[in-house]
Amino acid sequence: MLIKPRLDNLRIIGYYLGQIIIHIGLVMLIPIAFGFVIGEPNPAVDFFIGLEIALIAGLVLTKLCYTQKDPSWMQGMVVVSLAWLAAMFLGAIPLYLSGHWRGFLDACFDSMSGFATTGLVLVQDLDHLSFTHNLWRHLIMFIGGQGIVIIAISFFVKGLSGALKMYVGEAREEKILPNVINTARFMWLVGVIYLVLGTLVLAGIGLAEGLGLKKALFHGVCIFMAAFDTGGFAPNSQNVMYYHSFIFEIATIVIMVLGALNFHLHYHIWTGNRREIYRNIETVTLFVSIMVTFLVTAVGLKHSGIYPQSLVLFRKGFYQLVSGHTGTGFQTIYARHFIADWSSLSAVGVLCAMALGGAVCSTTGAIKMLRIGIIFKTFVQDIKRIILPEKAMVVQKYHHIKTVFLEDKQARSALLITLAYILLYGFGALVGMYHGYPFLSSLFESTSAGANVGLSCGITGAHMPTVLKLTYILQMWVGRLEFISIFTLLGFFIAAIKGK
Amino acid sequence: MMLRGPRKKARLLFFVFTFIFFALYCSLGHAQPVSSSHLIDNAQRYDGRSVIYSGEVIGDIMPRGEYAWVNVHDGQQAIGIWLPRKLAETIIYTGNYKAKGDWIQIAGIFHRVCEEHGGELDIHATSLKKIQSGYFVSRAFNRSRMNKAVILLAVLGCVWILRHLIKT
Repeated sequence: MLIKPRLDNLRIIGYYLGQIIIHIGLVMLIPIAFGFVIGEPNPAVDFFIGLEIALIAGLVLTKLCYTQKDPSWMQGMVVVSLAWLAAMFLGAIPLYLSGHWRGFLDACFDSMSGFATTGLVLVQDLDHLSFTHNLWRHLIMFIGGQGIVIIAISFFVKGLSGALKMYVGEAREEKILPNVINTARFMWLVGVIYLVLGTLVLAGIGLAEGLGLKKALFHGVCIFMAAFDTGGFAPNSQNVMYYHSFIFEIATIVIMVLGALNFHLHYHIWTGNRREIYRNIETVTLFVSIMVTFLVTAVGLKHSGIYPQSLVLFRKGFYQLVSGHTGTGFQTIYARHFIADWSSLSAVGVLCAMALGGAVCSTTGAIKMLRIGIIFKTFVQDIKRIILPEKAMVVQKYHHIKTVFLEDKQARSALLITLAYILLYGFGALVGMYHGYPFLSSLFESTSAGANVGLSCGITGAHMPTVLKLTYILQMWVGRLEFISIFTLLGFFIAAIKGK
Repeated sequence: MMLRGPRKKARLLFFVFTFIFFALYCSLGHAQPVSSSHLIDNAQRYDGRSVIYSGEVIGDIMPRGEYAWVNVHDGQQAIGIWLPRKLAETIIYTGNYKAKGDWIQIAGIFHRVCEEHGGELDIHATSLKKIQSGYFVSRAFNRSRMNKAVILLAVLGCVWILRHLIKT
């Protein structure tokens, strides 16, 4: 029997949602300060309005719903899924006020794309967008990649059990440190240290390649946030093509891969356990997967003859492959060329890479390497069961931080999430085809949205149908939170309507 | 063969003029600027051919030795232009939030997959003509938006006071 949520349930959800909204609003202090410092007062006012709306909403919610209780699992999940929607609306306010988006829906699309670290864009005349708004576009990627709720956990959640429930709700399954609050803070530490180092490296390259000092720093910080948090936005409309620099591409490849690795693995590398890189099922699966999907892409490119020189084939093919696999979405080719110039085989290679994604507890989306590794091990185990004598005890192990015995429940969970992602990709492809786009293009764009990648073959644009925009927003939201929180929210609404 | 009679002369003149007309028409046809979307969508057709492309210089001029990269946006998409540094020096304004970039017309060779630049789609410019000079964009302070912000600030203040009043 479904039980109708009580007022107490709503109060807990409202209180924690209000807290997160306040914290999202406070992040807008960064672009406000930046805008005034660099002499862009109008954009700064846009963010001031966004901050005020966030604070009003947050203060009203936290006052009306004040509670000292910790959220339950269900409440924690509902808070997380609603927090991401709230972030989308709040993040879209300053973008919409800039006048560079055709409507509020388009601004919401880019806001969700940023927070979910996707990278698909509907912005108009990006090259004349203010530096303040541009910084915000990249900052929301950094926040979203680290985790919106991670901010909240790091700063305001006092109860450990409440923190854990929201942490898990944001598609994080692993605790790096015994305490989930310390885990959240460690993830911020990793992000900030890499931010400083990565910005310096990219700014140095930018300087060497002809950018001025201020521009080099600005591009460095923006591209780092988009690369490490596997987002894929860039300050200019040409994306990474803007820089015309091979060394810049190499640097972004390194940062993208760092972003696609498990934060847990970063912790072990930092604490001196470098062997974990070679032993971990995720890094091994990621390596094999990149090699296999690149082979498919390279064969397709060679067959099409588009890049006669091997080095050029590698530079273009490998970059797009890594960009897709890590879920970043940086492009070094024009969107239309994925379908028009590349062969179907090479487009499918990148599509498969996008669908697979990076590591769990990283900034990437999609199915993820741990699940792929577990599914592969399950197949091996089943084959062994068939080959070996019936009385033989078949035990399968894998190494992920520690050695783990493979159990049926892990295999079932991995397969269920994989199936859910495949259905999500298929759903978007069907909507695309309904609107007249070809099968491969529809599937490519849908996978890019659902897996939070951001590579585009040309469908995404301000001109595309509203239904498709809404579909991609839904896919980005669901894909980023990995279903469970969204299903819980659905269940909550059903219980509110049908429950007794 | 010797031409005899006014009719044959007239026919010859007709063919000569027709040939000159088509030659001029074709050359003028190529002299028309091509849009970025057309170039990108028909990259194979234009590969290695001379093109004329015009648009606004955006972002930065990135010097590389004797040459420089500029990115030119024609209102549809932007394409990278590789040009001698001396030509790049004629560009004063580049487009960004605070400036409208120079609108230039360049003639050069279009490459679908440039071997010299790691497979980039680019144009190697041989000549550059400034069609329209850029300018700084002066943006007046938006008072109406500021007024909205002040109203919201008042609402926020009321909410803040009410929170404390209800608490006490």
